Amino acid sequence: MTETTATFRPPRNQWWDVWDQFKTHKGALVGLTIFVIIIAGILIGPWLWDMAPTYVDLRARNKGFSMAHPLGTDQLGRDILARMMAGGKVSLSVGLTAMGLAIFLGTTIGVLAGYFRRLEGPLMRMTDLFLALPLLPLLLLMVTLFREPLSKSFGPEGGIFLLIVTAIGATSWMQTARIVRGEVLALKEREFVLAARSIGTPAHRMVLRHILPNVMSPIMVSATLGIASAIITESALSFLGLGFPPDFPTWGRLLFDAVDQIQLYPMRVVLPGVAISLTVLSVNYIGDGLRDALDPRIRGR
Amino acid sequence: MFQFTLRRLLIAIPTLLIISLVIFLLLEAAPGDPLGDVPLTVPPEVKAKMRTALGLDAAWYVRYFLWLKQMFWVEPMHLVDTLFGTHLAEGMQRVISFQSRQPVMDIIAERIPQTLMVVGSAYLVGVLIAVPIGILSAYRQYSWFDNLGTFISMVGFSVPTFFTGVVLIILFAVKLKWFPSVYDTTLKVTDWASFTAQLRQMVMPVTVLALYNAAQISRFMRSSMLDNLGQDYVRTARAKGLTEKVVVLVHVLRNSLIPVVTVIALGVPQIFGGAIITEQVFKVNGLGQQLILSIHANDLPMVMSLTFIFATLIVLFNLIADLLYGILDPRIRYD
Amino acid sequence: MKLKTALLGAAATLMVAPAAFAERGSDGDVKILYAQAVSTMNAYLSSGTKDIEVGSLVLEPLAGFNEKGEVIPRLVTEIPSVENGGISEDMKSITWHIKPGMKWSDGTPFTANDPVFTANYCMDPAGGCAQLARYEGIEKVEALDDLTVKITFKEPKPNPFMAFVGATSPILQAAQFANCTGANASTCTEENFKPIGTGPFRVTEFRTNDTVMLEANPNYRDPAKPAFATALVKGGGDATAAARAVMETGEFDYAWNTQISPELQAELAAAGKGQFVNAFGTLVERIEMNMTDPSPDLPEGERSTAKHPHPILSDLRVRKALSMAIDRQILVDIGYGEAGRPTCNLVPAPEMFASPNTDCLTQDVEGAKALLDEAGWTDSDGDGIRDKDGKKLRLVYQTSVNAIRQDFQSIIKQWWNDIGVEVELKTVDPSVFFGGDAGSPDTIQKFYADVEMYANNFDGTDPEPYLAQYTCEKAPNPDNQWQGENINRFCDPAYDEKVKELGATGDMTERSTLAKRMNEMLTKDSYVVVPLVDRGRLSAHSNSLGGVILNTWDSELWNASDWYRIK
Repeated sequence: MTETTATFRPPRNQWWDVWDQFKTHKGALVGLTIFVIIIAGILIGPWLWDMAPTYVDLRARNKGFSMAHPLGTDQLGRDILARMMAGGKVSLSVGLTAMGLAIFLGTTIGVLAGYFRRLEGPLMRMTDLFLALPLLPLLLLMVTLFREPLSKSFGPEGGIFLLIVTAIGATSWMQTARIVRGEVLALKEREFVLAARSIGTPAHRMVLRHILPNVMSPIMVSATLGIASAIITESALSFLGLGFPPDFPTWGRLLFDAVDQIQLYPMRVVLPGVAISLTVLSVNYIGDGLRDALDPRIRGR
Repeated sequence: MFQFTLRRLLIAIPTLLIISLVIFLLLEAAPGDPLGDVPLTVPPEVKAKMRTALGLDAAWYVRYFLWLKQMFWVEPMHLVDTLFGTHLAEGMQRVISFQSRQPVMDIIAERIPQTLMVVGSAYLVGVLIAVPIGILSAYRQYSWFDNLGTFISMVGFSVPTFFTGVVLIILFAVKLKWFPSVYDTTLKVTDWASFTAQLRQMVMPVTVLALYNAAQISRFMRSSMLDNLGQDYVRTARAKGLTEKVVVLVHVLRNSLIPVVTVIALGVPQIFGGAIITEQVFKVNGLGQQLILSIHANDLPMVMSLTFIFATLIVLFNLIADLLYGILDPRIRYD
Repeated sequence: MKLKTALLGAAATLMVAPAAFAERGSDGDVKILYAQAVSTMNAYLSSGTKDIEVGSLVLEPLAGFNEKGEVIPRLVTEIPSVENGGISEDMKSITWHIKPGMKWSDGTPFTANDPVFTANYCMDPAGGCAQLARYEGIEKVEALDDLTVKITFKEPKPNPFMAFVGATSPILQAAQFANCTGANASTCTEENFKPIGTGPFRVTEFRTNDTVMLEANPNYRDPAKPAFATALVKGGGDATAAARAVMETGEFDYAWNTQISPELQAELAAAGKGQFVNAFGTLVERIEMNMTDPSPDLPEGERSTAKHPHPILSDLRVRKALSMAIDRQILVDIGYGEAGRPTCNLVPAPEMFASPNTDCLTQDVEGAKALLDEAGWTDSDGDGIRDKDGKKLRLVYQTSVNAIRQDFQSIIKQWWNDIGVEVELKTVDPSVFFGGDAGSPDTIQKFYADVEMYANNFDGTDPEPYLAQYTCEKAPNPDNQWQGENINRFCDPAYDEKVKELGATGDMTERSTLAKRMNEMLTKDSYVVVPLVDRGRLSAHSNSLGGVILNTWDSELWNASDWYRIK
């Protein structure tokens, strides 16, 4: 397409093509913008608004929007803007990392089980086992065993972060694994796989080059949904005493704490709710755009 | 196919035994105590006696084998007894809940109706609206319908049920007074009036759950449809002069169903597991609420039996999903 | 004040009630909502308050407590006393006289054999009776004749109103439970779910952990009661939803234990469909100070044991300073509203045992700072946290997961930060925290934290067993599988002496002086227990339900036979 430039520049990195295609996707661009704004708000916001999210001000309880507290204060007079920013940092990092872990585990296990017949039995029975395990006792056991050793070696916050991310990741990969395996089973019998195999493509390249790109779209959907459930699960964990210290805000917990008082202080429910939904929506559109951009059939058009 | 099914069913037996052992060990190792709910006012000596009375003094493997015996020997015999009026299991100890001292299976039987009624119909409604929405969204990608569907399903999935449930209660029970906020499990449908009462009390919990389920399934449906719509065989089918309806609803749909079937098959056992939060919010008191109560009370026989039945269903429905793959795509072969 | 007028009002309406509605079953159906669902009707197999209370609709003790904590007769002619000869001079026996003509709900007569059977049922070593403490120290229970029961104690019993008194010790029908003693107790499902009782109602349908349906007992002793023909007790949900179902939607008549935030209380009360009732008992939310070192660096088995005194909290001045930094009134305003009041006592009631101890009620931040200075804790490096000999003044503060407790943690952390103490908060799942599992590091008994917060109370009106928990030998440690009741490991030989003295004292005035003194030794003398809030019971009932009198000494449904529909 760009023949004039191609004559004096080395071949373009294919990621530029991906980006070009991505740019044409309106939803993806809007999603990316919103996502960047949320990230910026969370990372840069605390520099501009340096009120401590855990500071209790008993004289300023249940205040509405004001100059001193742009988003008001909660039942203990803590600044909601500061809490939203601090909460976003935790929720997003937990959500993204835990989702990443779950998707990685799920995809690996799903592809291995689908592609290699000998691994299928053991891996899928393990998936059944994980699906059947009762979550709550499992999580409680994890805290009992690992809370102290982890906080000793990674510091209290690092340790808890690691624990939460592992707990969520290790208990939510099964659906992805089953979906990916189902798709791989079907893909494996397609002509292009047969063709690739007949020219002697080694297994690892088969998987990475031919199988994986073709199961991207269910993985993308799982990832988008995974972020939402990881954010909510994190808040559920804190009710087990498994999460971060209780005065540490997260979006999920802000939402849960405010639900009872929804009629009195509706904004307290709306803010974290909108934040979670916006994040998930923007990730969803980014995912859509990425999937289109990564698909060479669409990119060529 | 038949041989495959038979083999999988045979493998399922050791699998389930191992799963039950792992669950048992997990419950043993997890912190918590069946006497945790006993108030602090009860002296430790009394607690020790209560512990002995529950049989907690025995070693774990003794208790595990006792449970196995009760679950696979006494309970089936008891079932035969109740069905045919025999007396095989007379005098034999059934699986008894620590919390209520009632046979676990009786509690489960008591709760299955409301769980199936609420969670089951919510799942059905969810699937029934999700599949058409997913198809249409993919077919008309980026149309206003697709965008609206994406928006609603993403919001529906990212807003937790503890929130939607409370919102619905405040709106429809407190303000408008259309539906009751408390589910009446003792209601028996005998006439038109009780039938409408049953419908009215089901509306809110079913809506909350259906929204959540539909959101998830419709996303998988849409993405899988999109993948297939761009395939060569679709062009071929159209070139052959097939009607658009046949192309989309027969060829593309059938090939797009694999991930959707997986998700649905994974979801069906969850119906049996109940919907913990929704059941709690609307006080449906089904299996989900029983499971969470029992876990909190460390009612080991109850948790063990519920989870085991749940595991059986998971293994069964995953097998069904595998069989369906073979039907949807005959190229998939298991041998 | 408000409570008192509410109670007076209720009492006044109650007095006219029997005249106005003198017919059993004339008022239709009453619907009661328990946020925790009922698991069994037999109080001896469960220690859950919900089970005991709902069970009290059917099963009755010989005598109960009224809302003032006084013993009142239910199935007996009078309350035994030394004066009327019911209690022997040496305090070693008590004799109950059953009212003639009492009947079980199946129509058979109630005889002295039933209480005797009940005592043996609970004292059976294989039965695992949850209320065994009510039968402690009993040598024998015998029926002198059809209507007379005599309990003989092994040692003089200053408070003999334990067995057969209150909802935790109801009478079972000997005929029905004959085959349910000992190891068979748990197999009697039908009996445990549908016991035959003497109370105002009997069970028609029992759905485990869900719903109990009841109808008026046709053989109830007062032919005009209960006013309701049927009753339904539904379980499930949470306190907020329960309060909403009574106060906003009006679907239920009575909601049990609706402990919600003061703002929400006000909002729901404004809906005008019902009202909250509250009453105070002995439940005190408190902070316990660990007297032993919980440091994770110590070898397992030595953490939080008497081997290592706490490096910071062993100093009385530090403990006192931590208490002085707290403003209890603010805690009440934020967490409990009408249903709480600030307290400095471990034993806040009954009145005769409550010490006039109020010094902790005013917050004194400056005083607290001065005390810490005096104790040698100063901020030498200017980082806002006090230190001494290179060690930071840093505490781990743990409690169970509960919205109000987490608010308290945040506020108290702030106050302690203000006096230069760094605080790390920790929360534990309630079933683990209160579970007492020796394998878990997070139980109240293990106390692997510096301070912990929870609430506790005592059963009935006598604080002796409660105060006796704080003796040296009752400290949890690996040797007793961490099962002791002396949570904070307080150990003072002088206190142990007082416990012995209290056990041997029969005179009520002397008992009251002793108990008050012991309460002060634990609180204002030593600050090992830092009481915060005297927590009342808060329940809700609809405006159309009359006769409700909240009682914290007995079952909340203690006078359900007097409830009626206001028309």
